[in-house]
Amino acid sequence: MDVLLVEDNPGDVQLMRLVFQEVFTSVRLHVANDGLEALAFLRRLGPNAKAPRPDLILLDLNMPKMDGRELLAEIKKDAGLRIIPVVILTTSVAEEDVLAGYSLQASSYLRKPVDFIALKKRMQTVGEYWLNVTVPNQSLYCCS
Amino acid sequence: MDILLVEDNPGDIRLTLETFRDANPNIRLHVARDGAEALDFLRHKGTHVTSPRPELILMDLNMPKMDGRQVLAEIKSDVNLKLIPTVILTTSDAEADVVKCFQLQANSFLCKPVELAAFESLVKSINDFWMTKTRLPLLTGQDSLMPIQ
Repeated sequence: MDVLLVEDNPGDVQLMRLVFQEVFTSVRLHVANDGLEALAFLRRLGPNAKAPRPDLILLDLNMPKMDGRELLAEIKKDAGLRIIPVVILTTSVAEEDVLAGYSLQASSYLRKPVDFIALKKRMQTVGEYWLNVTVPNQSLYCCS
Repeated sequence: MDILLVEDNPGDIRLTLETFRDANPNIRLHVARDGAEALDFLRHKGTHVTSPRPELILMDLNMPKMDGRQVLAEIKSDVNLKLIPTVILTTSDAEADVVKCFQLQANSFLCKPVELAAFESLVKSINDFWMTKTRLPLLTGQDSLMPIQ
Protein backbone atom coordinates (compact mmCIF):
# COMPACT_ATOMS: atom_id res chain seq x y z
CA MET A 1 0.00 0.00 0.00
CA ASP A 2 1.08 3.56 -0.65
CA VAL A 3 0.57 6.69 1.41
CA LEU A 4 1.41 10.17 0.16
CA LEU A 5 2.48 12.57 2.91
CA VAL A 6 2.29 16.22 1.86
CA GLU A 7 4.41 18.09 4.38
CA ASP A 8 7.02 20.81 4.12
CA ASN A 9 8.60 20.60 7.58
CA PRO A 10 11.71 18.36 7.39
CA GLY A 11 11.47 17.49 11.09
CA ASP A 12 7.86 16.38 10.74
CA VAL A 13 8.73 14.34 7.64
CA GLN A 14 11.52 12.60 9.50
CA LEU A 15 9.25 11.88 12.48
CA MET A 16 6.60 10.42 10.19
CA ARG A 17 9.18 8.25 8.42
CA LEU A 18 10.17 6.80 11.80
CA VAL A 19 6.52 6.18 12.70
CA PHE A 20 5.88 4.40 9.41
CA GLN A 21 9.00 2.28 9.83
CA GLU A 22 7.77 1.12 13.22
CA VAL A 23 4.03 0.85 12.61
CA PHE A 24 3.41 0.18 8.94
CA THR A 25 6.12 -2.12 7.75
CA SER A 26 4.34 -3.01 4.52
CA VAL A 27 3.25 0.53 3.61
CA ARG A 28 5.35 2.67 1.29
CA LEU A 29 5.50 6.29 2.42
CA HIS A 30 5.97 8.88 -0.33
CA VAL A 31 6.66 12.50 0.52
CA ALA A 32 5.82 15.70 -1.34
CA ASN A 33 7.13 18.91 0.19
CA ASP A 34 4.43 21.21 -1.13
CA GLY A 35 1.15 21.16 -3.00
CA LEU A 36 2.69 21.50 -6.45
CA GLU A 37 5.00 18.57 -5.83
CA ALA A 38 2.01 16.55 -4.60
CA LEU A 39 -0.03 17.31 -7.73
CA ALA A 40 2.91 16.31 -9.94
CA PHE A 41 3.10 13.02 -8.02
CA LEU A 42 -0.64 12.38 -8.25
CA ARG A 43 -0.79 13.27 -11.95
CA ARG A 44 2.42 11.40 -12.71
CA LEU A 45 4.11 14.39 -14.24
CA GLY A 46 7.82 14.73 -15.00
CA PRO A 47 9.95 12.38 -12.93
CA ASN A 48 6.78 10.94 -11.32
CA ALA A 49 5.74 9.03 -14.45
CA LYS A 50 5.75 5.75 -12.55
CA ALA A 51 4.36 7.07 -9.26
CA PRO A 52 1.80 4.72 -7.68
CA ARG A 53 -1.70 5.88 -6.92
CA PRO A 54 -1.74 6.40 -3.13
CA ASP A 55 -4.34 4.65 -0.98
CA LEU A 56 -4.36 7.62 1.38
CA ILE A 57 -3.14 11.21 1.36
CA LEU A 58 -2.00 12.82 4.62
CA LEU A 59 -2.11 16.55 4.13
CA ASP A 60 -0.55 19.42 6.03
CA LEU A 61 -2.31 22.76 5.62
CA ASN A 62 0.36 25.39 5.69
CA MET A 63 2.99 24.93 3.00
CA PRO A 64 4.80 27.05 0.41
CA LYS A 65 3.91 27.32 -3.30
CA MET A 66 0.52 25.63 -3.05
CA ASP A 67 -0.92 25.14 0.42
CA GLY A 68 -3.06 22.26 1.66
CA ARG A 69 -6.37 24.01 1.04
CA GLU A 70 -5.51 24.77 -2.58
CA LEU A 71 -4.23 21.26 -3.14
CA LEU A 72 -7.35 19.73 -1.60
CA ALA A 73 -9.55 21.84 -3.89
CA GLU A 74 -7.52 20.66 -6.91
CA ILE A 75 -7.78 17.01 -5.88
CA LYS A 76 -11.54 17.18 -5.39
CA LYS A 77 -12.02 18.91 -8.77
CA ASP A 78 -10.15 16.09 -10.52
CA ALA A 79 -12.40 13.13 -11.35
CA GLY A 80 -9.39 10.82 -11.42
CA LEU A 81 -8.18 11.80 -7.95
CA ARG A 82 -11.22 12.73 -5.88
CA ILE A 83 -11.89 9.18 -4.69
CA ILE A 84 -8.56 9.05 -2.81
CA PRO A 85 -9.21 9.72 0.89
CA VAL A 86 -7.52 12.89 2.12
CA VAL A 87 -6.91 13.21 5.84
CA ILE A 88 -5.76 16.61 7.02
CA LEU A 89 -2.99 16.28 9.58
CA THR A 90 -1.97 19.63 10.97
CA THR A 91 -0.94 21.40 14.14
CA SER A 92 -3.70 23.95 13.58
CA VAL A 93 -6.71 23.58 15.83
CA ALA A 94 -8.33 26.78 14.56
CA GLU A 95 -12.03 26.14 14.03
CA GLU A 96 -11.97 28.00 10.70
CA ASP A 97 -9.34 25.55 9.44
CA VAL A 98 -11.43 22.57 10.58
CA LEU A 99 -14.53 23.94 8.86
CA ALA A 100 -12.61 24.88 5.71
CA GLY A 101 -11.13 21.38 5.56
CA TYR A 102 -14.51 19.64 5.73
CA SER A 103 -15.99 22.22 3.40
CA LEU A 104 -13.32 21.38 0.82
CA GLN A 105 -14.34 17.71 1.21
CA ALA A 106 -11.47 16.42 3.30
CA SER A 107 -12.35 12.93 4.52
CA SER A 108 -11.39 13.92 8.03
CA TYR A 109 -9.28 16.33 10.07
CA LEU A 110 -6.73 15.41 12.72
CA ARG A 111 -4.50 17.40 14.96
CA LYS A 112 -0.87 16.42 14.54
CA PRO A 113 0.79 15.62 17.88
CA VAL A 114 4.29 16.97 18.27
CA ASP A 115 5.87 14.10 20.16
CA PHE A 116 6.78 10.74 18.71
CA ILE A 117 4.77 8.48 21.04
CA ALA A 118 1.55 10.44 20.60
CA LEU A 119 2.05 10.66 16.83
CA LYS A 120 2.68 6.92 16.67
CA LYS A 121 -0.54 6.19 18.58
CA ARG A 122 -2.54 8.52 16.38
CA MET A 123 -1.13 7.03 13.20
CA GLN A 124 -1.93 3.52 14.41
CA THR A 125 -5.58 4.53 14.62
CA VAL A 126 -5.44 6.32 11.27
CA GLY A 127 -3.83 3.31 9.62
CA GLU A 128 -6.26 0.83 11.16
CA TYR A 129 -9.22 2.83 9.87
CA TRP A 130 -8.04 4.08 6.48
CA LEU A 131 -5.69 1.31 5.41
CA ASN A 132 -7.44 -1.73 6.86
CA VAL A 133 -11.12 -1.03 7.26
CA THR A 134 -12.34 1.33 4.57
CA VAL A 135 -13.38 0.38 1.07
CA PRO A 136 -11.91 0.55 -1.56
CA ASN A 137 -8.54 0.49 0.11
CA GLN A 138 -8.60 -2.99 1.48
CA SER A 139 -11.50 -5.33 1.87
CA LEU A 140 -10.39 -6.68 5.21
CA TYR A 141 -13.88 -7.23 6.55
CA CYS A 142 -15.52 -7.44 3.24
CA CYS A 143 -17.79 -9.72 1.46
CA SER A 144 -15.85 -10.27 -1.74
CA MET B 1 -21.71 12.70 21.53
CA ASP B 2 -24.48 11.96 19.07
CA ILE B 3 -24.39 9.60 16.10
CA LEU B 4 -27.27 9.15 13.69
CA LEU B 5 -27.60 5.58 12.39
CA VAL B 6 -29.70 5.36 9.24
CA GLU B 7 -30.62 1.70 8.90
CA ASP B 8 -33.80 -0.23 8.16
CA ASN B 9 -32.84 -3.75 9.25
CA PRO B 10 -34.00 -4.36 12.87
CA GLY B 11 -31.29 -6.95 13.52
CA ASP B 12 -28.54 -4.64 12.32
CA ILE B 13 -29.98 -1.77 14.38
CA ARG B 14 -29.96 -3.85 17.55
CA LEU B 15 -26.47 -5.18 16.91
CA THR B 16 -25.10 -1.69 16.18
CA LEU B 17 -26.74 -0.24 19.31
CA GLU B 18 -25.29 -2.95 21.53
CA THR B 19 -21.85 -2.84 19.97
CA PHE B 20 -21.55 0.93 20.28
CA ARG B 21 -22.76 0.73 23.88
CA ASP B 22 -19.88 -1.61 24.63
CA ALA B 23 -17.33 0.41 22.64
CA ASN B 24 -18.18 3.83 24.05
CA PRO B 25 -20.96 4.41 26.61
CA ASN B 26 -20.74 8.17 26.04
CA ILE B 27 -22.17 7.89 22.55
CA ARG B 28 -25.89 8.47 22.05
CA LEU B 29 -26.87 6.48 18.99
CA HIS B 30 -30.06 7.72 17.34
CA VAL B 31 -31.81 5.60 14.74
CA ALA B 32 -33.69 6.59 11.58
CA ARG B 33 -35.27 3.64 9.80
CA ASP B 34 -35.32 5.12 6.32
CA GLY B 35 -33.97 8.08 4.41
CA ALA B 36 -37.04 10.25 4.87
CA GLU B 37 -36.90 9.82 8.65
CA ALA B 38 -33.17 10.63 8.59
CA LEU B 39 -33.82 13.94 6.84
CA ASP B 40 -36.63 14.73 9.29
CA PHE B 41 -34.22 14.04 12.17
CA LEU B 42 -31.50 16.22 10.65
CA ARG B 43 -33.90 19.03 9.81
CA HIS B 44 -35.78 18.80 13.13
CA LYS B 45 -39.11 18.08 11.48
CA GLY B 46 -42.22 16.19 12.61
CA THR B 47 -41.54 14.15 15.73
CA HIS B 48 -37.87 15.19 15.62
CA VAL B 49 -38.24 18.86 16.56
CA THR B 50 -35.88 18.50 19.51
CA SER B 51 -33.41 16.12 17.87
CA PRO B 52 -29.73 16.95 18.44
CA ARG B 53 -27.35 17.66 15.62
CA PRO B 54 -25.26 14.49 15.21
CA GLU B 55 -21.47 14.66 15.11
CA LEU B 56 -21.41 11.71 12.69
CA ILE B 57 -23.86 9.95 10.39
CA LEU B 58 -23.61 6.20 9.72
CA MET B 59 -25.80 5.24 6.81
CA ASP B 60 -26.89 2.10 5.01
CA LEU B 61 -27.49 2.35 1.27
CA ASN B 62 -30.50 0.20 0.53
CA MET B 63 -33.59 1.36 2.40
CA PRO B 64 -37.27 1.98 1.70
CA LYS B 65 -38.82 5.38 0.84
CA MET B 66 -35.57 7.21 0.20
CA ASP B 67 -32.35 5.21 -0.12
CA GLY B 68 -28.91 6.11 1.18
CA ARG B 69 -27.63 7.56 -2.09
CA GLN B 70 -30.55 10.00 -2.23
CA VAL B 71 -30.12 10.98 1.42
CA LEU B 72 -26.39 11.49 0.92
CA ALA B 73 -27.08 13.75 -2.06
CA GLU B 74 -29.59 15.73 0.05
CA ILE B 75 -27.19 16.06 2.98
CA LYS B 76 -24.25 17.19 0.86
CA SER B 77 -26.30 19.77 -1.02
CA ASP B 78 -27.79 21.27 2.15
CA VAL B 79 -25.65 24.13 3.49
CA ASN B 80 -26.82 23.37 7.01
CA LEU B 81 -25.89 19.68 6.90
CA LYS B 82 -23.09 19.13 4.41
CA LEU B 83 -20.21 19.37 6.86
CA ILE B 84 -21.46 16.55 9.09
CA PRO B 85 -19.14 13.61 8.32
CA THR B 86 -21.18 10.90 6.64
CA VAL B 87 -19.91 7.34 6.62
CA ILE B 88 -21.55 4.70 4.44
CA LEU B 89 -21.98 1.38 6.26
CA THR B 90 -23.40 -1.25 3.96
CA THR B 91 -23.13 -4.87 2.89
CA SER B 92 -22.59 -3.73 -0.69
CA ASP B 93 -19.05 -3.55 -1.95
CA ALA B 94 -20.11 -3.06 -5.57
CA GLU B 95 -17.61 -0.79 -7.28
CA ALA B 96 -20.48 1.29 -8.68
CA ASP B 97 -21.78 1.98 -5.15
CA VAL B 98 -18.33 2.91 -3.84
CA VAL B 99 -17.65 5.31 -6.71
CA LYS B 100 -21.14 6.81 -6.57
CA CYS B 101 -20.87 7.46 -2.83
CA PHE B 102 -17.49 9.15 -3.18
CA GLN B 103 -18.87 11.27 -6.01
CA LEU B 104 -21.67 12.26 -3.64
CA GLN B 105 -18.99 13.28 -1.10
CA ALA B 106 -19.31 10.48 1.43
CA ASN B 107 -16.49 10.86 3.94
CA SER B 108 -15.77 7.16 3.93
CA PHE B 109 -17.24 3.85 2.82
CA LEU B 110 -17.30 0.80 5.08
CA CYS B 111 -18.41 -2.70 4.26
CA LYS B 112 -20.56 -4.24 6.98
CA PRO B 113 -19.15 -7.63 7.91
CA VAL B 114 -21.39 -10.59 8.55
CA GLU B 115 -19.38 -12.10 11.41
CA LEU B 116 -20.02 -10.68 14.88
CA ALA B 117 -16.36 -10.39 15.90
CA ALA B 118 -15.50 -8.55 12.69
CA PHE B 119 -18.46 -6.20 13.19
CA GLU B 120 -17.36 -5.46 16.77
CA SER B 121 -13.88 -4.73 15.50
CA LEU B 122 -15.27 -2.41 12.84
CA VAL B 123 -17.32 -0.48 15.42
CA LYS B 124 -14.22 -0.15 17.59
CA SER B 125 -12.33 1.30 14.62
CA ILE B 126 -15.14 3.76 13.91
CA ASN B 127 -15.19 4.81 17.55
CA ASP B 128 -11.39 5.06 17.83
CA PHE B 129 -11.01 7.10 14.68
CA TRP B 130 -14.07 9.33 14.50
CA MET B 131 -15.01 9.72 18.15
CA THR B 132 -11.61 9.96 19.80
CA LYS B 133 -8.98 11.09 17.26
CA THR B 134 -10.75 13.11 14.61
CA ARG B 135 -11.37 16.81 15.01
CA LEU B 136 -15.03 17.09 14.09
CA PRO B 137 -16.52 20.40 12.97
CA LEU B 138 -18.30 22.33 15.70
CA LEU B 139 -21.46 23.11 13.83
CA THR B 140 -24.36 25.25 14.79
CA GLY B 141 -26.55 24.81 11.74
CA GLN B 142 -24.90 27.80 10.10
CA ASP B 143 -22.45 25.97 7.89
CA SER B 144 -23.02 28.39 5.05
CA LEU B 145 -21.56 31.23 7.11
CA MET B 146 -18.22 29.56 7.55
CA PRO B 147 -15.23 30.99 5.74
CA ILE B 148 -14.00 29.02 2.74
CA GLN B 149 -10.39 29.66 1.81
